[in-house]
Amino acid sequence: MSVAVVLGVGALGGLGAVLRFLVDGAVTRRTGAGRFPFGTLAVNLSGALVLGVFAGAALRGDAYEVWGVGLIGGYTTFSTWMLESQRLAAGRRERAAAINIIGSVLLGVLAVWLGRSLG
Amino acid sequence: MPPPSARTLAAIFAGGALGAIARAEVAEALPVHPGTFPWATFLVNVAGAALLGWFATALQDRRPPSLALRPFLTTGLCGGLTTFSTMQLELLKLLDRGDVGLALGYAAASVVAGLAAVQLTTTAVRRAAA
Repeated sequence: MSVAVVLGVGALGGLGAVLRFLVDGAVTRRTGAGRFPFGTLAVNLSGALVLGVFAGAALRGDAYEVWGVGLIGGYTTFSTWMLESQRLAAGRRERAAAINIIGSVLLGVLAVWLGRSLG
Repeated sequence: MPPPSARTLAAIFAGGALGAIARAEVAEALPVHPGTFPWATFLVNVAGAALLGWFATALQDRRPPSLALRPFLTTGLCGGLTTFSTMQLELLKLLDRGDVGLALGYAAASVVAGLAAVQLTTTAVRRAAA
């Protein structure tokens, strides 16, 4: 990657992470913390939808690096999704953990497919 | 809940920037070939889950709570390093090709390794603190 692309990925990756924090917070305030991780679900599904749009629009090369890898990669998260699932299971809420895992994957593939059809 | 401080947002931005750059470098080093296991995403995701289990547990009961370190490492770095969206796009591409077994294997391996990574580092930090 050129220096410009590295800087672009960094800037949009940082922006994506800030957006995730704000969207997660807004959704969690409305759905209640500690019940079900709807905030992360909302972030991940909306990010998958947008990445699908980029794929459908055949975004490639540096543009894909900066917008797809940087912004949307920074916005969506695998680690928090896993941490929240593990914490649900550890708190004897195995059913919620299983729904969070399987539901996220099924809806995530659907979201990226829908986005690609729109893009 | 009070609005997030500028310091918290700056910490998340900096962590997210570093994490995203690290992921882009790994993706460049390990390009995905159609119909094969997406190693780059798998590796950053599992590594990021392990780190998040570590940081979230170690910084959980810290008093006073850090205004910058925790958001920098957890929401920023681990969140920026890992990705849900690329994993889903890679699953869709495998399904497109009819590689259903590989898609299921990739999803299952990611989730099992991701959960195990969180569990492992969480347990390690709690043992060390006990």
